[in-house]
Amino acid sequence: MKKYIDQGAKDTRSGFGAGLSELGKSNPNVVALCADLTGSLKMNAFADAHPERFYQVGIAEANMMGIAAGLTIGGKIPFTGTFANFSTGRVYDQIRQSIAYSGKNVKICASHAGLTLGEDGATHQILEDIGLMKMLPGMTVINPCDFNQTKAATIAIAEHNGPVYLRFGRPKVANFTAPDQKFEIGKALSLQEGSDVTIAATGHLVWKALEAAEILAEKGISAEVLNFHTIKPLDEEALLRSTVKTGCLVSAEEHQMAGGLGESLAGALMRTTPCPQEFVAVNDSFGESGTPDQLMEKYGLSTANIVRAAEKAISRKA
Amino acid sequence: MADIKDLHRIASQTRRDIVRMVHAVQSGHPGGSLGCTEFFVALYHHMMDYDASNFDMDGKQEDLFFLSNGHISPVYYSVLSRAGYFPVEELNTFRKLNTRLQGHPTTHEGLPGVRIASGSLGQGMSVAIGAALTKKLNGDDKLVYTLHGDGELQEGQIWEAAMYAAANKVDNLISTIDANGQQIDGSTDDVLAMGSIEHKFQAFGWDTLSIEKGNDMASVIEGLEAAKARTGKGKPVAIIMKTAMGAGVDFMEGTHEWHGIAPSDDQLANALGQLEETLGDY
Repeated sequence: MKKYIDQGAKDTRSGFGAGLSELGKSNPNVVALCADLTGSLKMNAFADAHPERFYQVGIAEANMMGIAAGLTIGGKIPFTGTFANFSTGRVYDQIRQSIAYSGKNVKICASHAGLTLGEDGATHQILEDIGLMKMLPGMTVINPCDFNQTKAATIAIAEHNGPVYLRFGRPKVANFTAPDQKFEIGKALSLQEGSDVTIAATGHLVWKALEAAEILAEKGISAEVLNFHTIKPLDEEALLRSTVKTGCLVSAEEHQMAGGLGESLAGALMRTTPCPQEFVAVNDSFGESGTPDQLMEKYGLSTANIVRAAEKAISRKA
Repeated sequence: MADIKDLHRIASQTRRDIVRMVHAVQSGHPGGSLGCTEFFVALYHHMMDYDASNFDMDGKQEDLFFLSNGHISPVYYSVLSRAGYFPVEELNTFRKLNTRLQGHPTTHEGLPGVRIASGSLGQGMSVAIGAALTKKLNGDDKLVYTLHGDGELQEGQIWEAAMYAAANKVDNLISTIDANGQQIDGSTDDVLAMGSIEHKFQAFGWDTLSIEKGNDMASVIEGLEAAKARTGKGKPVAIIMKTAMGAGVDFMEGTHEWHGIAPSDDQLANALGQLEETLGDY
């Protein structure tokens, strides 16, 4: 019997919008900024309810990051909203100097991350953002898996004092985590216990990891599934607790292999108790136009890829 | 509020601090620092309301200043210390390991008086706009000041910010442009001619005024007072302030050559001979 049920597909960006809307009511210090993508980021509810706390900056992301940094001086908690590409690579120096190095309490909220934005193609499909952001000292990096978790994460980061990168996506995906969950930054969640292989996934790949675990179970393989919604700080304890038991790891993410979750996990393993690891990630490539499903298939991020990676990881155990 | 003689005395000491700090570590940026000495002294000892003895990042009910061209940190540090933000003896640590007085200003080491890191150019106006918007949300009627180099205006983010501030009537903001006409590779006209800076800001919807003698204390005060009088009227205010890079030390004045190099022992002695010690060297 399935332990996790899809409550009905929803987009994670709408989870962000719902969380922001709640924050608007509960925390008068929360302010929001958007660079001409209010509808795409699902920020309309906040903007309509709190026009005095919503700043439309136009197509000027660098300025948006600087304004957000300045808004913290005097006690506001700014949430910036634009696509992941324009939230990171385009404004890296502004984030680095005015937010991260300056220690400003800005929440950088980024939609349309990864391949699943689909037909717009590689210019918008950033697959390097986790790496860019995790390299910045003091930056927290979060990539929740579904609508409910994105909403919970949005609410949780307002209580965290410091810069946060919150990554989510465009398509409707399975919504399977609890609607009333409490989100704990930096705590990986064990979704399913197993003994043969650990599958550590983040973002949209978490549901695929659960699907893969079912297929593996039919083949007599017991997979443990961990949801690494926080990439930084990394929950090394949860990782090692699992891999010491299973003896091998599959990391799964909608991101470049270089700089992603898998690389962080590999580093933690190498420093402590190494074990075979297989990477389900984009391998040094840009994306392209296509439907989300076609792209996930073509670039090796499908459920079948996770299954094959798990079998390979198990085969490499000494 | 100090009288103008006192301001001249502070300015002379500030210039001594600048050349001594840069000489001590044989690095730093004396040219722009010397050129903006009158501006900093007038701002911190005449214009702004603040509590230096009780620095608080939020700066509520205080005027705020953001230095966007962070490389002129020597003048900033000298003026902050002599305004009471931290002991003047700490100027001796400028650019040395474990100092709070980093090469470019930062909040990272907790130096009182500094509210944002700067150094990578073009970012300070955006930050100041954010701080100005928070003041409006908080019902705080104090002002936000910035300083930018004229060469810095070649950064695109400045114009994103300028467009935003005018369109959104950020009228509690006074941005001053240090128009010394110089940048690292030569004159601004030679490197990338910008035409009329004042007309550009006007075209972006700002109220503008100019200070023709940016190294004359009375002129700087007059300009800053005039700018302050124009706040709260629906437009951000830009001051185009003409200065001489290296002002106050004859062999450094009016050239980009002293943008980022330090004086030798002999040159330091020469410079200090031109600058009266008024408040005591650090």
